[in-house]
Amino acid sequence: MAEKPRSFQEIILRLQNYWAGRGCAILQPYDMEVGAGTFHPATTLRSLGSKPWAAAYVQPSRRPTDGRYGENPNRLQHYYQYQVIIKPSPPDLQEIYLGSLEAIGIDASMHDIRFVEDDWESPTLGAWGLGWEVWCDGMEVSQFTYFQQVGGHDCKPVSGELTYGLERLAIYILGVDHVMDMPFNDPQSTIPLTYGDVFKQTEQEYARWNFDVADTDVLLQHFKDAEAECQRILSEPADDPKTGLWIIMAHPAYDQCIKASHVFNLLDARGVISVTERQAYIGRVRALAKMCADAFVQTEAGGQAA
Amino acid sequence: MPDLLIELFSEEIPARMQKRASEDLKKLITDGLVEAGLNYAGAAAFATPRRLTLSVEGLTGESKAVREERRGPKVGAPDKAIEGFLRGAGVAREDLEIRDDKKGQVYFAVVEKPGRKAADIVAEVLEKTIRNFPWPKSMRWGEGTLKWVRPLHSILCILCDEAGAEVVPLDIDGIRSSNTTQGHRFMAKDTISVSSFDDYEARLKRAYVVLRADERAEMIWHDATNQAFAAGLEVVEDRGLLAEVAGLVEWPVVLLGRIDDDFLGLPPEVLQTSMKEHQKFFSVRNPKTGRIERFVTVANMETADNGATILAGNQKVLSARLADAKFFWENDLRTVKTMGLEGMGAPLADVTFHNKLGSQADRIKRIEALAREIAPSVGAKPDLAAEAARICKSDLSSEMVYEFPELQGLMGRYYAEAAGHDDGVPEACEEHYSPLGPSDDVPTAPVSVAVALADKIDTLTGFWAIDEKPTGSKDPFALRRAALGVIRLALQNEMRWELIDLIVSHFMSKHEIVADGSEGYGFGGKTDFLVEFWQLLSGTGYGGPESEKELFWLGVSDELTKDLLSFFHDRLKVFLKDKGIRHDIIDACIAMPGNDDLTLLVKRAEALAETLATDDGENLIQGFKRANNILTQAEEKDGVEYSYGADLKYAEEPAEKALFTALDAADAKIAPAMEAEDFSTAMTAMAALRGPIDQFFTDVQVNAESQVVRRNRLNLLSRIRKICLSVADLTNIEGSS
Repeated sequence: MAEKPRSFQEIILRLQNYWAGRGCAILQPYDMEVGAGTFHPATTLRSLGSKPWAAAYVQPSRRPTDGRYGENPNRLQHYYQYQVIIKPSPPDLQEIYLGSLEAIGIDASMHDIRFVEDDWESPTLGAWGLGWEVWCDGMEVSQFTYFQQVGGHDCKPVSGELTYGLERLAIYILGVDHVMDMPFNDPQSTIPLTYGDVFKQTEQEYARWNFDVADTDVLLQHFKDAEAECQRILSEPADDPKTGLWIIMAHPAYDQCIKASHVFNLLDARGVISVTERQAYIGRVRALAKMCADAFVQTEAGGQAA
Repeated sequence: MPDLLIELFSEEIPARMQKRASEDLKKLITDGLVEAGLNYAGAAAFATPRRLTLSVEGLTGESKAVREERRGPKVGAPDKAIEGFLRGAGVAREDLEIRDDKKGQVYFAVVEKPGRKAADIVAEVLEKTIRNFPWPKSMRWGEGTLKWVRPLHSILCILCDEAGAEVVPLDIDGIRSSNTTQGHRFMAKDTISVSSFDDYEARLKRAYVVLRADERAEMIWHDATNQAFAAGLEVVEDRGLLAEVAGLVEWPVVLLGRIDDDFLGLPPEVLQTSMKEHQKFFSVRNPKTGRIERFVTVANMETADNGATILAGNQKVLSARLADAKFFWENDLRTVKTMGLEGMGAPLADVTFHNKLGSQADRIKRIEALAREIAPSVGAKPDLAAEAARICKSDLSSEMVYEFPELQGLMGRYYAEAAGHDDGVPEACEEHYSPLGPSDDVPTAPVSVAVALADKIDTLTGFWAIDEKPTGSKDPFALRRAALGVIRLALQNEMRWELIDLIVSHFMSKHEIVADGSEGYGFGGKTDFLVEFWQLLSGTGYGGPESEKELFWLGVSDELTKDLLSFFHDRLKVFLKDKGIRHDIIDACIAMPGNDDLTLLVKRAEALAETLATDDGENLIQGFKRANNILTQAEEKDGVEYSYGADLKYAEEPAEKALFTALDAADAKIAPAMEAEDFSTAMTAMAALRGPIDQFFTDVQVNAESQVVRRNRLNLLSRIRKICLSVADLTNIEGSS
């Protein structure tokens, strides 16, 4: 059993090492606002098509409605997810996953680790899969999903996706009671920093903005713009007149889909979306996601012969 | 006679699917075996989070050989017919026999199926079962195409007898059968080889797996109640949760935990719901105070520190959860304090109830008007009923109900109390959804009853107005439940009302309704009456002069009301049938005036049922029918109505005279009793006529020679009919044989 990690970042580094050791490409976070690591094109798009794939990365994620002004011990509007995606899902994925818990200091013989049904569905991505939330002593430490469909396409082969809620996991491993008290770097450092030192103020700022200040008219316009741009990008012919190359712009279009999705989340947090409208907005984002998926499977990375 | 043992070992099976899956496994395999010609003595199926297991005892070793003859087409029949026959019988042309038949020569196929070994049949049936298993949801994994609830890892399949065990060979997409399995995921690492079901169950137990779900549940409940008892507390019983938790562990370990003092001030229902929904914890109550003070969690592990780490973790998670609940609770209370419940409910104006019936706020307005109207008839103050109706759905906008929808109503009560509402208004917030199920408690507090009735009647009239009635098994808006709710509320509270008037006036109630997409009709999308609304949208609107509009819609309302009333009557029949009152008895009472007064209707039906259960009552029906038949025939034949003027002075026989006297006596009792709605007395008096009527028919010939006497007797029969029909329409009663 390895020594217990001493800081938030050490947990992240150990996960990076562990999954690198299991053959995953260690990617960097996607440079856009997303609600979860799944939105990273390395998961959403790469889970499509027949090409094998293995990647792991940290993804900063934003859920405006979860903002608690930094007061709640583990609810944040901005947090980190650790995401692993392997296609095809290896037969011993559960065992490999449990190995990663051990690597970050969870001794399975002292804890109660359980796989509890949690079917995953993303109405905005037109995606679903079956799996579990993984519980450690009653706490959800990961989502474990076998992707069945993304963007309306059957996943063949099936990808196995693991998502760790890093703050919650770290709070638990490090034995702190409140996320803001958690050591971010090594407490023995010359300049020790807690999670609160890094994020407490921003949680307040964003919570206020998300709930009360964000300009909903501007956001509504952003939504429309992103939607229109996504559609426009994909309506361009693949034949690039300048280079003569065959270029389907699946990723730039998908960026707009991500943007629309995040703007929708902000509008939701502002409470300006009624129940009926809600379905309509989700449907619009899903339509974009589906178009992007349709485009991606036409590309080489999407399994189309070059 | 070997025994069969099958175990399908997979990644974790959702708890809610385990029981059904084990039953399906048993049925599919045993049916398949029997169909293939095997018999067995008994079978039992089991499930844990990682395995489905089937044990079949006393299986026949092989199926019997079967010889079957099939008659085919005539010799010389078209090739197509012969080929079809060959395909069906599974034989080649040269194998056909030609036999002489009455009509000529005919082909015969003799199909001989040799007996097959049990192992071959088991392998075939098991493979078919796995490939076609009826999981509610199943999935693929890796590169394969096989579907199972979660990835399937191994198949244990053995046939065993005194001589030993033998693996049934099977290979499904690379998963090969064996005699081995795994124990507990963390507490037993070694592979287990088994030789029989008893051996299997015993070895699993040594490897920290309790195979039987009921045994696991029993262990949990036993330990939980013991530990709670030792602490002077009691576990709140929850069978559904117990079954679920038993499906989440292979080796249950019960731990009793504490709830932070900070959270003990939350409503107990919030504690209970949060612990159950999110953490699968049982609530533990202090019997002295009734408060929830601790919890029970069930782990799947024995640890060196006796669960201390696990329990500490669970307590921490709970605190975070309850911190959230507390956050919602305090935010909601703040909202209530600053803007009241009406303020809290303001966003309901933007929430669609049904796109043809407007928003929740529209609906609340209608319920408010109706509650005010109903209030006096249930002894509630109209203003209070209206106030309760106005705020009873406000909690749907609260943060707590957003998080825990099952707390709707209950939170409404807490928030109404916090807002200073009083006089039964908070209770109405909670109780106005009741009764939901047929065995649910029925509210009796006047304000609650008024709002509960208004809520349900508005729902029914609304969906009737837009023609969304239940059909067959489809009842998406739970209208049958709503109607039953109205019935039970009315009966429980002995309500006396004219339901028809109430419904008509609600159809005709003036609420300006604006619907999506209604602009195209030239009314600005606005209508006056609920009944007008959908008719307008469906293109059957009223196009006449404005001054006559109300009258027109009143006519439509009447039709809809009749239809809705008969829906109520249908539900009432179902309801009373469960109470042992026959449908024809109810029909006899529905045929009487005042049938929209459900309390009166049921009182009448109960009295009638009671009367008909007596010997007199049952025979009276025969007498009534006989009188009615003779009379009806005579009236048809003579073309006149014998309804008046029977006179004692033309009575000749003693029995005839006696009947006169009896009818006079009955009249004297029945009329005032009916007036007083004392059906029991009226019907007893009616039943007392049985003797005189029977005697009359025995002694007296109605069709006398003398026309005067005959007419007088017919008019006498008419008195029987009149008296009986004044109590209930006995023509509906089915004759007893």
